[in-house]
Amino acid sequence: MKVVIMGCGRVGAQLAGLLDTDGHSVTILDTDVYSFRRLPPTFSGTALVGNGLNEDLLKKAGIEEADAFVALTQGDNRNVMASQIAKHIFNVPRVVCRIYDPLRQELYSTLGVEAFSPTTIFAQMLRERLES
Amino acid sequence: MYIIVVGGGRLGYYLTKALLDEGHEVLIVEKNPTFCQVINDELGTVCIRGDGCEAATLADIGTARADMLIAVTGDDEDNLVACQVAKHKFNVPRTIARVRNPQNETIFKKLGIDVTVSSTNIILENIKEEVPTHPLTHLLTIRDQGLEIVEVKIPPDATTIGKPVKELSLPPGSRLALIIPKERKPRVPTSDTVLRDGDRVIAVITPESEEELRAVLRGT
Repeated sequence: MKVVIMGCGRVGAQLAGLLDTDGHSVTILDTDVYSFRRLPPTFSGTALVGNGLNEDLLKKAGIEEADAFVALTQGDNRNVMASQIAKHIFNVPRVVCRIYDPLRQELYSTLGVEAFSPTTIFAQMLRERLES
Repeated sequence: MYIIVVGGGRLGYYLTKALLDEGHEVLIVEKNPTFCQVINDELGTVCIRGDGCEAATLADIGTARADMLIAVTGDDEDNLVACQVAKHKFNVPRTIARVRNPQNETIFKKLGIDVTVSSTNIILENIKEEVPTHPLTHLLTIRDQGLEIVEVKIPPDATTIGKPVKELSLPPGSRLALIIPKERKPRVPTSDTVLRDGDRVIAVITPESEEELRAVLRGT
């Protein structure tokens, strides 16, 4: 599977490493070269510097042939916009997006973006831990 | 009309001022408390501090009864999301987004934003118009018809000078609407109107035939 990941933070870098180990072809994007230090030394995929909202950069990252796109930057709106570009402009079959704001996550899920809110997931997990 | 403006920068400020003058009920949502303070001091209490992309904020300010939401922050992605939340969560009938990156105009359209205004394109056009050799200027886009109104200047070396309009093979679907000569009054061209040096020709065309029209009118 060919995967494009936008945002090389802790989650992005770790996901890139895991998918790479599983034998997938991974391209990871970040606006800051320094972020790529988080990638594991064994990472054999591609790291590209630039803004994932830019169509030209997305094409360079091979989004036209990608099977999946994952948006993991710090900005909810950036993730939302990039995901919609991937889904509606480039017709990527699987688009997954992180949205911290639970209300926005809910809205965009109904609009067809597969969105996860770490806020909700983590709060629920903590509640379960504390109540058990 | 009840209009919500997202983004209280310079554009949001002057837009709100103009809308208030027209008698509308306007509310600005701005993240920066200093900007909020300045707006409220100068325009009356019309600004609330908050994130205009957040559904909770928009719910608090009664977005469900808004007639229009205009997003004019400096970030395209924020403007997109503010408009989409307004449209899909609160059924706001009309959403307008400012676009900084001209490329995003088509993307926004595809994603359901009613109107996009590209500040960058507008500034570029205005500057280009001031470059004396610039052959074609966009005056207006008629979006729902897929047409635009443009101005073409006839330079002194144009081979069409002295020729009547009927001898020009204009691109299909194009219409010459007006000719503004250098020193005389504007006139509506007929088939016998002759082109002169320095004429400014106003035409209605499709965006694809821009180049062809320019070439036909200037004879190059």
